Amino acid sequence: MNNAQDKIPAPQQRDDEQILQSAAQEEYKYGFVTDVDTHVIPKGLNEDVVRLISRLKGEPEWLLDFRLKAYRYWLTLEMPTWGHVNLPPIDFQAISYYAAPKKKEDAPKEIDPEVKKTFDKLGIPLEEQMRLSGMAVDAVMDSVSVRTTYREKLAELGVIFCSISEAVKDYPDLVRKYLGSVVPYRDNFFAALNSAVFSDGSFVYIPKGVRCPMELSTYFRINAAETGQFERTLIVADDDAYVSYLEGCTAPMRDENQLHAAIVEIVVEDRAEVKYSTVQNWYPGDKDGRGGIYNLVTKRGLCRGYRSKLSWTQVETGSAITWKYPSCVLRGDYSTGEFYSVALTRNCQEADTGTKMIHVGHHTSSTIVSKGISAGRSQNSYRGMVKIAPNAAHSRNYTQCDSLLLTPTSGAHTFPVIEVHNDTSVVEHEATTSKINEDQIFYCNQRGISTEDAVGLIVNGYAKEVMSKLPMEFAVEAQKLLSVSLEGSVG
Amino acid sequence: MLEIKDLRASIEGKEILKGINLNVNAGEVHAIMGPNGSGKSTLSAVLTGNPAFTVTGGSVTFNGKDLLALSPEDRAHEGLFLSFQYPVEIPGVSMVNFMRAAINEKRKYYGQEPLSAADFLKLMREKRAIVQLDNKLASRAVNEGFSGGEKKRNEIFQMAMLEPRLSILDETDSGLDIDALRIVAHGVNTLKTANNASIVITHYQRLLDYIKPDFVHVLYKGRIVMSAGPELALELEEKGYDWIKEMHPEL
Repeated sequence: MNNAQDKIPAPQQRDDEQILQSAAQEEYKYGFVTDVDTHVIPKGLNEDVVRLISRLKGEPEWLLDFRLKAYRYWLTLEMPTWGHVNLPPIDFQAISYYAAPKKKEDAPKEIDPEVKKTFDKLGIPLEEQMRLSGMAVDAVMDSVSVRTTYREKLAELGVIFCSISEAVKDYPDLVRKYLGSVVPYRDNFFAALNSAVFSDGSFVYIPKGVRCPMELSTYFRINAAETGQFERTLIVADDDAYVSYLEGCTAPMRDENQLHAAIVEIVVEDRAEVKYSTVQNWYPGDKDGRGGIYNLVTKRGLCRGYRSKLSWTQVETGSAITWKYPSCVLRGDYSTGEFYSVALTRNCQEADTGTKMIHVGHHTSSTIVSKGISAGRSQNSYRGMVKIAPNAAHSRNYTQCDSLLLTPTSGAHTFPVIEVHNDTSVVEHEATTSKINEDQIFYCNQRGISTEDAVGLIVNGYAKEVMSKLPMEFAVEAQKLLSVSLEGSVG
Repeated sequence: MLEIKDLRASIEGKEILKGINLNVNAGEVHAIMGPNGSGKSTLSAVLTGNPAFTVTGGSVTFNGKDLLALSPEDRAHEGLFLSFQYPVEIPGVSMVNFMRAAINEKRKYYGQEPLSAADFLKLMREKRAIVQLDNKLASRAVNEGFSGGEKKRNEIFQMAMLEPRLSILDETDSGLDIDALRIVAHGVNTLKTANNASIVITHYQRLLDYIKPDFVHVLYKGRIVMSAGPELALELEEKGYDWIKEMHPEL
């Protein structure tokens, strides 16, 4: 991984083309493994495993039923193959479905210092006083949530922010009401799998009329080997509520591929607003495509309420294979859906990502801005659907879908589907594909900026429209991440 | 400061510079004039290391260093600046970020710490004033949506920020109205010291009314065919480039 010797040390006669092509790698900064005593159940998947997970988590009967139904349905399905990715067959019996850092028996409330150190190293301090400001964190390692900060403070406002496991115990009615209401277990292959074996994730409930005063954030960390992570996140914003939620993720470097199959469900009621931001930086595999996370995720929000609004922003730089379409079902009249995405792929990464905007209510509107950046031999696809139902009168969609190619060996693809079933709606679709411009690079060079830094600047400029949608603290991190990820691609 | 000896360069196999000789000393302003296609812009591109051109012969020494062996960014760090004839737009990259990267790269080259945000912004304000570049332009994306005149003012602003030892102004007057020309020329003259030098590439004498050259050279078909004092520019204006062409029927 750390091919420092591959970095081209300011050569005198440089060939920009060559620099862009040489896919030497910057070290993945989050690739370390934490040595922590972990309880891992034996590999394999069957009904007993589903029951075991449910028992380990001390779940009520109704949830076990939900899991078993999902599992039995999953057995009837085949893994889908329509993605523009080379996803090899996955041996679902070779994965362990539950891994949890063990708690010390004498102090079950304490976090293992190693786990704490891990999150410190990732820049996610679990001590509330250490947080910069205005952000509460739920930290998830492998299959369990290890700490949720600011819970009590948020509870004073009636805001519930906890792991979904705790929510099942403490707020069973809420979870039962909404779990699977946006992404039913019958939705797709991976949704069925997740519904059967989901481990942990975050639960957020913002009561009527409350603007959540701080950013809520979940940080997902895969640590254990030969395990999968199947987190489940459920966010409910009741009437007139507002919340901004952030999700970050990293994993160790390993030669084997690891599976991450998550579900995120969001419900937005009357006049409520949810902003969901992701910076996805799972381990992408090495420069020859060995290892890396398979990131196969179902994310969907239901804008159920009148004038409700849901905004997805994602910066995707990690994972060997990414397959996800954060979507909005715009059922409430005058509801709004937004999708802003930057997907950077390099080396052998493959990303097939986009969104679905399903307009059901009248006067609904949606905006899609997708910026793909392909380097190395990677393949980067935008796949999107805009569907305007017969009753969704006077609806609008604007889609802008741009691709930037950094190397001639990379690929950019778009698969847009547009269905309009009434004649009062307006749908606009703009798409561009461009190569990085040598004149821009030389202009930067002449001002003393190296080609590598120039590409970082230009790409960040290209992605700015999306980056500007991220919350401030996150945006700075994401910008650095884009530049750092690019260092590998250009020098 | 700059010694060019028998410099030859080509693009896509076609030789454009056919043996250029030129010496520039600190404190001097050299004008290079010539008809279209004579190689004026190629000379500036080759000196700054544009990879589109291949040097096929000759040498260039800049402050004692072999210029042609340096990367484009190191040439910039050594104090070579090009005011582009056609400055490119870099969408989404703010002038502030762009200049900050440029300044800090240079400081890194000389082993200095990056400039603090406050000091940097102060420097921006100071230098902006030299070419009357308003704050709005300085906070916009690099050249994006700038008018022709604004782009050229922005070039001189960057020159002011980077304080080069040798500036090459490539047709800085093209596309400028008389007011913009005055502002740009005023900027260049303000930045002139006994320790730096400029090469002014221009097609017309007009710019030289504002930026007084010490020497005027005529570039024709890849060679400098005539060098003299400022009076040569006036003579060229009067007689036109056909005069040069007639003098060199062999080229």
